Amino acid sequence: MTRRELPLLVALALLVGVVGGIQPRFFSLDNLKSILLWVPLLAVVALGQMTVILTRGVDVSVGAILALAGMGTALVLRDHPNLNLFLAALLSTALGAVLGAVNGGLVALGRVPAIVATLGTLGIYRGLTFLISGGRQVSEYELPRGLASWSNEGPFGQNLFPWVVLLALVCAGAMQVFLTRTRGGRTLYALGGNPDAAAWHGLPVRSATFWNYVLCGAGAGLAGILYASRYGTVNPATIGTGFELLVIAAVVIGGVSVFGGVGSVPGVLLGCLLLGTINVALSVLSIAATWQLAVYGAVILLAVLFDDLSARRLRRTLTGEETL
Amino acid sequence: MKNNVAEWVVGGLLLVAFAVSAALVPGFRDVAYLFDRSTLLTETGLLALALTPLIVAGHIDLSCTAILALVGVIAATLAARLGVPFGLCLVLCPALGAGLGALNGYLVGRRGLPSLVVTIGTMALFRGAAQILAGDSSISVPAAFQGIHHLTLPKTYFHVPMLIYLFLALALGTLLHKTAFGRKIYAVGTSPEAARYSGVPVGSVVFRLFVLSGTVAGLGAALLLSRLGVARYDNARGWELDAITAVVLGGTSIFGGRGTIVGTVLALALVGIVQTGLGVAGIKAEVQVAAIGALLIFAILLGNALRRR
Repeated sequence: MTRRELPLLVALALLVGVVGGIQPRFFSLDNLKSILLWVPLLAVVALGQMTVILTRGVDVSVGAILALAGMGTALVLRDHPNLNLFLAALLSTALGAVLGAVNGGLVALGRVPAIVATLGTLGIYRGLTFLISGGRQVSEYELPRGLASWSNEGPFGQNLFPWVVLLALVCAGAMQVFLTRTRGGRTLYALGGNPDAAAWHGLPVRSATFWNYVLCGAGAGLAGILYASRYGTVNPATIGTGFELLVIAAVVIGGVSVFGGVGSVPGVLLGCLLLGTINVALSVLSIAATWQLAVYGAVILLAVLFDDLSARRLRRTLTGEETL
Repeated sequence: MKNNVAEWVVGGLLLVAFAVSAALVPGFRDVAYLFDRSTLLTETGLLALALTPLIVAGHIDLSCTAILALVGVIAATLAARLGVPFGLCLVLCPALGAGLGALNGYLVGRRGLPSLVVTIGTMALFRGAAQILAGDSSISVPAAFQGIHHLTLPKTYFHVPMLIYLFLALALGTLLHKTAFGRKIYAVGTSPEAARYSGVPVGSVVFRLFVLSGTVAGLGAALLLSRLGVARYDNARGWELDAITAVVLGGTSIFGGRGTIVGTVLALALVGIVQTGLGVAGIKAEVQVAAIGALLIFAILLGNALRRR
């Protein structure tokens, strides 16, 4: 437990306590389930975005990757209803990885700034999503019924804990091991902490950057099929629009610094959970859905202000005086 | 030429795009048609102009279109619900925008928070506020104020939004390239540390640039209200990415320290011609975004390759 996760947990506990106190209905199975369902989609993308932001980059194309991989997979499933769903999930992830590799190639080899490269591919992937679907949506009845059950059924019979949640937890566990226990993970932290020092140290800066975007794309690709499972319908005009901002918000609230080198998997998961809980809490308190966006904005600003305050306090304790 | 590679690249692409379009599409040689199409780009163009100095200073404002939407909703609400004269509301628009921009400026310039995250936050906050105010409804503006883009200078094709755009381009070009403040913007963008040690008030420069961005967004709100005739919370959603694309396509470095107003103006013309050309060729807007994205990446890669030689 570091400086970041504890305040997040406190904020989450406060939120749950206050909302549950006002409206005990908050603790009903349905509400808990809708929080749990809301988070995995966000989390698998946020985990990949986290490693990109960790290395001082950003990938604004994740929503478009989710859309293109999800639409591609939905079209394949529509035309081949008997395709094994696990193969379909692999396909969606692989599509995402390929799209991420294009980003990685542009950033690592073409030396295009991350935000510019992914802004460009955002447009390209969105346009392709529209092209391959002909502008038409894939409807619920065209998708295999088993797909929806990933979001409705779980290992414990009851539908409280759906499979997608388990999947997100497995991804988070793998990412945690990768970042804290492997050479690759340490390389990413080193790269984010000081890119020049990492290069002088002989770390493989280019290949690490490239694979970082591949990983991020793969997460967004996996989220593509999860989206289809969760919502049933895949519409080219609405799938994943603006999702990149929600993901970046979750990552930043989770304590990952855009200045690089700082961030943890539990923090990011808590960031996703906090956004999901706020989402459900608003509807439980019968606050109009129109308030949701403004509340998100306020939470993002509070999170950066909090980060800034704790960074200043840390600097004060380290140097014994107020810098700046 | 080495220092202005990006401007030459985008200028060259502009010539090619224009030549190809004019050769294939007869209507493209009709000046009236081109000027008519240009109205679609003026609000995005204004935002791109104001974003240029901000990005040169090493910052970014993703909230500018949310400011545009919120200011539009506030102005229309004041007129529709409280009976404030609509002319007064329009005059208020830039001031409201400046106020919202000042919040960004305070958080980034004074408190030193990262502009990417702050303006993602204020983007959600401002658009969310617009949604709270307007809900899902469209607030109409009085008919007398609609259609500003049909007002033209006598005997020319220059319509009012175009004139405002040209004036702002001249003004910001002068500010950025001919004044001491402009030099400070480049200094801040090249190295905030070095700028601070040279006595440049970094925080105040950044603060003013965010206020500028907000003011221009407020002005854009008035123009869009007049053009569309309605205020909605989701007006101009996503246009911030178009504006940033134009700025970067025009050769402004996203890391700051490099960029010109001329580059942004050329890039906007290029985007406008490509979009119009593709539109005439029957390619849908949803697919055009792919072409613009590819154009952006191609221009940056070409610039990188030329600069390395």
